[in-house]
Amino acid sequence: MTTTTDIPRLPAGRTVRLGISRIGYEVKTYFRQADGVFFTFLFPLVMLTIFSVAFSERPFGPAGELSAAAFYLPAMLAAGLLLSGLQNMAIDIAVEKSDGTLKRFAGTPLPVVSYFIGKIGQVFVTGLLQAGLLLLVARFAFQVDLPTQPEKWFTFAWVFVLGVTTSAVLGIALSGVPRSGKSATAVIIPIALVLQFISGVYIGFSQLPEWLQNFASVFPLKWMAQGMREVFLPDSFEMVEQGESWNLPGVAIATALWLVLGLIACRLTFRWIRKDT
Amino acid sequence: MTSTDPVVSVRDLRKHYGSLIALDGVSFDIERGETFALLGPNGAGKSTTIEILEGYRDRSGGEASVLGVDPGKGGLDWKARLGIVLQSTGESGNVTVREQLTHFAGFYPHSRDVDEVIAAVGLEEKQKTLIRKLSGGQQRRVDVALGIIGRPELLFLDEPTTGFDPEARRHFWTLIESLKAHGTTILLTTHYLDEAAHLGDRAGVIAGGRLIDIGRINEIGGHLSRTPIVRWRSGGVLREERTEEPGRLVAALMRDGGEPEGLQIIRPSLEDIYLQLVAAHSPTAITESERAL
Repeated sequence: MTTTTDIPRLPAGRTVRLGISRIGYEVKTYFRQADGVFFTFLFPLVMLTIFSVAFSERPFGPAGELSAAAFYLPAMLAAGLLLSGLQNMAIDIAVEKSDGTLKRFAGTPLPVVSYFIGKIGQVFVTGLLQAGLLLLVARFAFQVDLPTQPEKWFTFAWVFVLGVTTSAVLGIALSGVPRSGKSATAVIIPIALVLQFISGVYIGFSQLPEWLQNFASVFPLKWMAQGMREVFLPDSFEMVEQGESWNLPGVAIATALWLVLGLIACRLTFRWIRKDT
Repeated sequence: MTSTDPVVSVRDLRKHYGSLIALDGVSFDIERGETFALLGPNGAGKSTTIEILEGYRDRSGGEASVLGVDPGKGGLDWKARLGIVLQSTGESGNVTVREQLTHFAGFYPHSRDVDEVIAAVGLEEKQKTLIRKLSGGQQRRVDVALGIIGRPELLFLDEPTTGFDPEARRHFWTLIESLKAHGTTILLTTHYLDEAAHLGDRAGVIAGGRLIDIGRINEIGGHLSRTPIVRWRSGGVLREERTEEPGRLVAALMRDGGEPEGLQIIRPSLEDIYLQLVAAHSPTAITESERAL
């Protein structure tokens, strides 16, 4: 038997270099897919516009001082995190599993980690563009006053980065659930939709019964939405939150916990291909 | 491994899925620079064999070595030396031919020049077209291009020319010949026996999970199956004779009865030999021989 020692080693650092090359490739292909662009990228913007126009006459908040656009902006930012991350990744990878993309990669020296860097990078870039677009439209089309304090934007930054990463990782973990690429949208979209309804995205969280609020608190979206509300809603809204507090430490802990769970699930379940099926 | 060791070495390879036996003890070697054609009917075990060697499937038993490495345990270093053209692909193809090849070239330490590869597969005109907008045959050429972009030492071609028109197939053969000239070792499966005859140095025939014959392309099937056949009609009856000297036989026929009716001299092609081999090993043939015992 011969050994593998005389096989030339691949240069070090290529995992990161290829990961960065994957990000460019992923972002390019993302924007060439019309359905993906609509259902994950533009969807929160469309919903913000619908809510803002439909409820334009209705005051929001304890003192009725808020427009519909201002009230829904943090919710739509949270929805964007979920759609760009979880929904996008779970469907995208399920499709790549069944259409042979991953089988092709399995036969090349592309590291799995580079593939993940590409996917998470794609979510990060598209999620950032999506959030930027939401903020611009809210500010200039619907005259929403954006916070001016730097500490609010700091909170926004970490909630966004932590939220989008967690959401992407959970999407990768969920991509193993649909049995085929064709069924991926049918399996994933309802999960994402139910999560949005119970986590204070389409319906104000304080309007939900307490047991449902407690149930939703198990999942990360509720916490991401809460973090976004802290940034964009006036302080007067804090008293209708659970425990009458924005509970930012809770946001950080719950989301980070899901990130760790998601990473473990990816490590345990992700394979380029299932051998012998 | 040294340069004289076989590039692929398979001993008593076995694979079963539950109670279904897909491979039942297959053994062969492929030497460096050789093109080996693996032939056999659908479901005979060709793809199972090739996918085990590519690292896509685990074997149930036996030994396999590809470039000196157990294909079930090959790492990225090992994959960098392989080129794989899978049987079928169905990716969304939202990138152009050039973008895809440039991207994949980056995976390999000593990749080929993208322009050269595009020219080699004859897609210069289509290099800025999205892959999903190409015809089936053109997409297949992209698959082949992706298989060779990394300058592989060993190239797996699993039914590479399915869906090609005759001109594209000839073009593809020229491409493979140039790869052979550069010393690439190739494992080819194909349903086109003329393709195997044209490109292959040696062939193995698999049927029912067993290797039923193996040898040089011009020797496979044994001496008898290659013996020319002279066929003619005599008094309305079809006559057939195998002979190494068909000219002498025809001359004798001429002498005895003048111009023979419906005269044919047939030199069995690889396809004829292959069909005979496979027919002799089909399940019905086996039961008949068992009954004879």
